[in-house]
Parts: sequence; structure tokens; C-alpha cells
Amino acid sequence: MYTKDGEQYYVVDAHIALWDARPENQRNVHGKQFIDCFYDYHRNLSPESEVWDYEEYLYQGGERLMRDVFADGIVDHAIFQPARLAEFYHRGFGQTEEAFALAQAHPDKLTYNHYWDPRDGENGLDALRAAAERMHLQGVKLYTADWHGESRGWKLTDPMAYRYLELCRELGIRNIHIHKGPTIRPLDRDAFDVADVDHVATDFTDLTFVVEHCGLPRLEDFCWIATQEPNVVAGLAVAIPFIHTRPRYFAQIMGELVYWLGEDRILFSSDYALWTPKWLVERFVDFQIPEDLTEYAPLTTEVKKKVLGLNAARLYGLDVPEHLRLPEADETQTGPREPAAADLAAV
Amino acid sequence: MTAVLPDLAHEVRRALGTVVDPELDEPVTDLGFVRSVAVDGGAVEVHLRLPTSFCAPNFAWLMVSDAHDAVAAVPGVQRVVVELDDHHDSDLINAGLAAGLGYRGTFGSEAEDSLDELRATFTRKAHTAAMERALTALLRADPSADVREVTLGDLPDDAAAALRRRRSAVGLPVDDGAPVLVRDDGTRPGPDDAAMVLRRARSVRISVDGNAHFCRGLLTTRYPGSEADQVPRPDDRPVLPLEVLP
Repeated sequence: MYTKDGEQYYVVDAHIALWDARPENQRNVHGKQFIDCFYDYHRNLSPESEVWDYEEYLYQGGERLMRDVFADGIVDHAIFQPARLAEFYHRGFGQTEEAFALAQAHPDKLTYNHYWDPRDGENGLDALRAAAERMHLQGVKLYTADWHGESRGWKLTDPMAYRYLELCRELGIRNIHIHKGPTIRPLDRDAFDVADVDHVATDFTDLTFVVEHCGLPRLEDFCWIATQEPNVVAGLAVAIPFIHTRPRYFAQIMGELVYWLGEDRILFSSDYALWTPKWLVERFVDFQIPEDLTEYAPLTTEVKKKVLGLNAARLYGLDVPEHLRLPEADETQTGPREPAAADLAAV
Repeated sequence: MTAVLPDLAHEVRRALGTVVDPELDEPVTDLGFVRSVAVDGGAVEVHLRLPTSFCAPNFAWLMVSDAHDAVAAVPGVQRVVVELDDHHDSDLINAGLAAGLGYRGTFGSEAEDSLDELRATFTRKAHTAAMERALTALLRADPSADVREVTLGDLPDDAAAALRRRRSAVGLPVDDGAPVLVRDDGTRPGPDDAAMVLRRARSVRISVDGNAHFCRGLLTTRYPGSEADQVPRPDDRPVLPLEVLP
């Protein structure tokens, strides 16, 4: 729970990881390139006081994770969103057993989501069934740019992916987190494109599709799809640290998301260990859209409470104290949520 | 004869200035993506660098092959080597380019047809973003302006020039009487959808500008000192400068 100026915020970090990118786990140069890319994100977007050494960035372990994520009791609950990256790391990037054991040890604080990959075929379906039973999965994280043998990516609309989504439906795995990455076959078109999310969201209206990084670097394509699909949600991982170095850009991202999706479909995520949640929560609570950006309404305390935790709590059935709950906004299911606030477009 | 050599390096850099990152709508020379240019007689070797190892390989290919074509077309250049450094596909791309394999020959089964559609998509986005910048600047000065009626002739010179460049690229008319606000297909929106066309254009502009700032920043994190090779984002984009902490 975070308290500021007499307001209490129930906080859910909807995207954390327990990774191992140490040299002994790197399978090839891409394992090093991948974590180096993360580290550059970390160094570029963090306040100086929050920058870690490269060595400590490679691996944190469960004990440190609990300290970092739940520092000062700000975060109430966090959700693991692991990436496999088996072609880059011997034992994978996300440490399944370590993270799952940690979630079992702290069920009030942690939820473990797993992953699947349609290129694992029939065996993967069996494995998903077994994992769902053992781990009581409520959600999965999908990384469409993951490499797999000769293949360097897949689409949600691949026929085998539909089999997996049907199985998710059957197993009660309702929250499908999607991360778009840069390499996918064919290379002819934009690999960050989120058009396949549109298709599956239409075909699986009983599942919720959380697009991580709110579609960045294709915010515009994401907003256009999400505004038409009520079961598409924005995850703020990687977007929210812009609050420090580029606050006006972050203001515009938030303004666009609230306009196109509404306040009930945006989730706070630190993307730990890319960044730690404490400073992000503190900054977000203090944040306001600059006054000269008159095309956006100010972010109210209610909007911030929903983004920081209440929206994710709803998706994961978390037990939010009665006095901290808020009703959903009475907003349209599709289309812009507050067109009246967009005065510059009122022609 | 010796006086010719520095000129050739200059001409090569000028040629590289015509190579644009399609996503960010800026020359690779302004972004700091040109790591080195070496000229030895008529032989030229250029090294490019990108903000991360995992920048999309299709965009990387477009920039590297465009750079190769641009440099090869400079009078006096006899041999060209263009290499992309430190990318997860560096070996593949550099070998494909050196062997003249083209996009499909380089990426094999991962390539289907061509990158023309990808390029067209981002040429269109560059225009959409420029259109929004021009109209939003106008609206900030005069909130009562009717954006549907605004023509190229109504815009300040610098905004009009920036927009004309991008209109030419997508085949839109560039005369003073041409309406500024158009849909993706080039048609003029009606009173009912004009607001939505502008709103969608705004999200495109935020995306392009935001990505440009982030990519520029990441390059300087990855390659300390590379900020000296960057030219500030041009003044044709004065609307809502993104505040960046040092």
C-alpha cells in the first residue's frame, strides 16, 4: 500500500521477472546482446540514483527480488511474466522453478504466469495442461519474437496458436499478456505490428489480451486496435520510466491511452528487474499532464489508483480492501473514451 | 590529386545524408548512425551502428542497402563496402550486401517478396506526423481555426516546406490550395470524421517523435561520445518539444 497526501493506493506490479543472464547461462552472443540491450534501457531511462552495476543487473535471485519489488511496502502484489529465450540462454532467461517456488512461498504477494509457444506443437499443449494444473495458472506471457530453431518469430493468428488459445480458454487461463518484438517471419512487413492481436481479441472475447509496453514502438496502431476491442488492455512496462527523462512524452502516452482505451484498461508495470517499482510508483502518484497539453484532461487520483493497481486486481481477482475499491467508469465499450477532453480536435 | 580525397569523403557523407531511417523519418547522418567513413583512393568503407543489437533487421537492411546504393552513386567512387556493426544480424546482412544478394537473397526463407510495402507504410506515417504537427501548431495559435479548411498556403513557410517534402513522397499535391488534412488514402475527410482523422494522426506523431528521442538516447548510451555525431532533431518539428533531462 502506498500512501501520499492522505490517499491510499493499492499497488499491483503487473510485470516482473526473475531472470538469469549471467555468462554461464548465456548460450551464445545473443544472450549477451539481449541483456546488454536491457541494461542500456535501464541506464538510459533511470534516475542516476537508481542505476545498478552491470554485474548485479545480470541476476538478482529471489531474496533480492522480494526486497526490491516490495520495498517500503509500496507494492501489494506482483505478477511474474517470464520470457523463455531458450535459444539465447541454456536454462532459459526467466527462471521458472525459482520464480514459481517464490510465488508458492508468498501467495499473498506473488502470482506466477507461465509462457507457451505454438512451435512446441502437440507436446507443448500437453506441457501447458500440466503447468496449468501444477501452477494454477491465471495468465500467460507470450513473446512473439522468441527464436525457436530456425524460426525467429510467430504470430497469434498462426493456426497452432489458436489451439493454444482454445486450451487457455478451457483451462481458465484468462489473461494473455503479449509482448511484440522485432524479428518475425516474413520480414517484409512491420514486425511490431499488432494487427494479429486484433484478430484473436475478436475471436476470443472471453480472454483478456494485455499488450505489454502498450504496443511501443507502435503506440498508434495499438491505440487504434484497442479502442475497438473491449478485451484489449495496455501494460505500461517500458513506457512508465519515460516519466523521468521524458515526462512530456509520457504525458502524451498516458493522454492517448486514457483517450482511446479509458481508465479501466491500463496496468502499471515496472518490468522489474529492468527497473524497480518504488521510484516509478512515487513518480506516477506525483505526476500530472502539463497544463499546456490542453488536448488531454488531467489525470485524476481515481485514474491513478486504477492504473496503479485496481485494474490489474480486477483481472487477477486480487482481494482489494473494501475501502480502496472504485467502480468502473461508465464509459463506452468501443471508440474514444473522452472525446470532449480533446479540445484541439473539436473541429 | 591529393585535394580530391577530402572532397570525396565529403561527397560520401553528403550521399549518406539522403539515407533515412524510415521509422524515425530522419537522415542516418543526423541520428549518429554513421560510425565511420574511410576513403582510400576510389575505395570507400562505411560503418553504420544502431541503438540496440535487436533493432528490427528489416529496417536495418533498408538503411544499410540504401547507404550502399547512395555511396556507390557518388562520382569517383569505385568500390564500396558498407557494414553494419554490433547487430544480431550483422554477419548475415554484411555478407548478403557484399555479395550483392539483395533482400530476398540475404534473408532466404524469412523474406517473401520485398520491403516496398514496409517502406510505403512508414513514408505514409512520416507524412501523417508532419500533417499533425502543422495543424496542431496552427490550432495552438488559433483554437478556432477550422482544420478542414486549412490549405498548404495557410501554413508558415517552414511547416509548409516540411509538409510539402513528405506530401511529394506519398504523391499528394503540393500547391498552395491543397487541403492539409487528408485521410490515409489522400482523400479529404468530411465534417464527421475530420476530428478523428486528426486524433489518429496525433497518435502517429507522438509515436514517431517519441521513438526518435528514445532511439537517439539509446545510441548515446550504447556508444559513449556518439552524441557528438548527432544533429538535433530539425526545427520543422517545434510542436511540443520533448523535454529530456541531461
